Amino acid sequence: MNMIAPVTVDERLLEVCGLDKSFGPITACKGVSFQLRRGEILGIVGESGSGKTTLLRCISGQLQPSSGAVMFNSRRHGFGDVFGLSEQDRRRVSREEWGYVHQNPRDGLRMRASGGANVAEPLMMNGIRHYGEMRQRTLDWFARVELDTTRIDGRPRTFSGGMQQRLQIARNLIHNPSLVFMDEPTGGLDVSVQARLLDLMRMLVRDLGLAAIIVTHDIGVARLLADRLLVMKDGEVVEQGLTDQVLDDPQHGYTQLLVSSVLQI
Amino acid sequence: MTARMTMASNRPRGTYNYAYLDEQTKRMIRRAILKAVAIPGYQAPFGSREMPVPYGWGTGGIQVTASIIGPDDVYKCIDQGADDTTNAVSIRRFFARVADVVTTEKTRDATIIQTRHRIPEAMLQPGQIMVYQVPLPEPLRHLEHRETETRAMHAYEEYGLKYLALYESVAAYGRIAGGADYPVLVDERYLMSPSPIPKFDNPKLHQSEALHLFGAGREKRIYAIPPYTDVRSLDFEDYPFDVQCWDEVCALCASAESYKDEVILDDAGNRMFVCSDSDYCADRRQAGHAGPMAGHALDQGGKPEPLA
Repeated sequence: MNMIAPVTVDERLLEVCGLDKSFGPITACKGVSFQLRRGEILGIVGESGSGKTTLLRCISGQLQPSSGAVMFNSRRHGFGDVFGLSEQDRRRVSREEWGYVHQNPRDGLRMRASGGANVAEPLMMNGIRHYGEMRQRTLDWFARVELDTTRIDGRPRTFSGGMQQRLQIARNLIHNPSLVFMDEPTGGLDVSVQARLLDLMRMLVRDLGLAAIIVTHDIGVARLLADRLLVMKDGEVVEQGLTDQVLDDPQHGYTQLLVSSVLQI
Repeated sequence: MTARMTMASNRPRGTYNYAYLDEQTKRMIRRAILKAVAIPGYQAPFGSREMPVPYGWGTGGIQVTASIIGPDDVYKCIDQGADDTTNAVSIRRFFARVADVVTTEKTRDATIIQTRHRIPEAMLQPGQIMVYQVPLPEPLRHLEHRETETRAMHAYEEYGLKYLALYESVAAYGRIAGGADYPVLVDERYLMSPSPIPKFDNPKLHQSEALHLFGAGREKRIYAIPPYTDVRSLDFEDYPFDVQCWDEVCALCASAESYKDEVILDDAGNRMFVCSDSDYCADRRQAGHAGPMAGHALDQGGKPEPLA
């Protein structure tokens, strides 16, 4: 972090306090609390249906929590409750400072627009009106995520699954966000593509110094990318701590099960 | 209430109400028009009625006209710029019958001009009203299918997405292609689809002295550009907005400034370019201008056909 005035920099980026979310009788998240600092990568692991995605959607302002607060340190509004902002401001914060990588690239991309337009879209959404500049930055990002720059005007439909996912990652990083949400970014990809993508993501997030919350059910992904880990079961956080600590010395029964169920080859 | 409805009750029983629509419907549409004029570029919803023509034939424009027309109005209707096309003749005849108005083909004589594809070449005057028949009022629709989302985007002025279409166009063609229905920003606030008029006509909307009313019957929306309102066509800093131009002059009236239609004459590659605005072209020919094909069999002399 090359900050000019290190003393006054507020290192807190995100703070979740006692977040609950229920859908009628079903409780998806119960009393989730954690903090995230700038440049930190948090992994959320847990079994299917443990409330990981719901938690992510609540934090990213897409779902109103039943109770609890999501505090975010935005450039425009400072440190404050995301749901205390007006819808307009919340959408603007989301547009300017967040990225959201979906599990299925079809959810995160505009399939009718070209790959280049998909990557350039966040720039247009944030007010850039110079075609040449957008084109250049899009080409740069195509190169950074190792996409063939000659296919910049191809439709995402003509890209492979791994390429679509890289397109989505470029699209979510081009506008220089401070926080990126990733919902199982490598799910549905074959293992060799997963490895390359993980490698790429690790390089990018370290280079850009951005914070990320990565939801995954793959312990390997968490081990490789995350600084800290949050283990969820039935909507509750059962264990949290440094990734290596949690994975090497799991305390909770569920975490022990999770860690021991990874196939050793 | 009864006083306002005298016009309807003076007519003999068994005929349609004045200007076809019933008085309550006209009042409802007038309220929508007032709202649209008060918020330039905003799409005001209204309860569109069944009309005696199918959707897509100008039901929105006909309802707007029916709501604002009075017996002392002079009515002009054009389709593709021409007064003598089937649709224009039918709609003009319709209002001549149900609203007892004088109809004209002269742009400067008309008080209400109904159109789909063109704005007349002649400069519009204060007091004139343009009525547009709009097929798709929502400029963001093909980019965002959810109505709830497009409404939010209009409310919060989130128009970055519209540039996606322009970006695609520049990437594919090296320029902002799209010749018609070119998006505009009205009064630097609302993004608006100017109906399928060619972008050639977009600059005429800027600071126009006439009132422009847009009616979309199927989509049930009315929007407006009041007189003297800023209207800006979207573009990129390095790809500025421009309008179509032609190397040829009009084959009949030799106009170099007007919007031209290309007419294929035979299967040997012969073609001609003529003004799409038939009234403008006829005026010029009467004033003595003659293009390279003046006097040709296709040149009818621009005389108006008699109305029933």
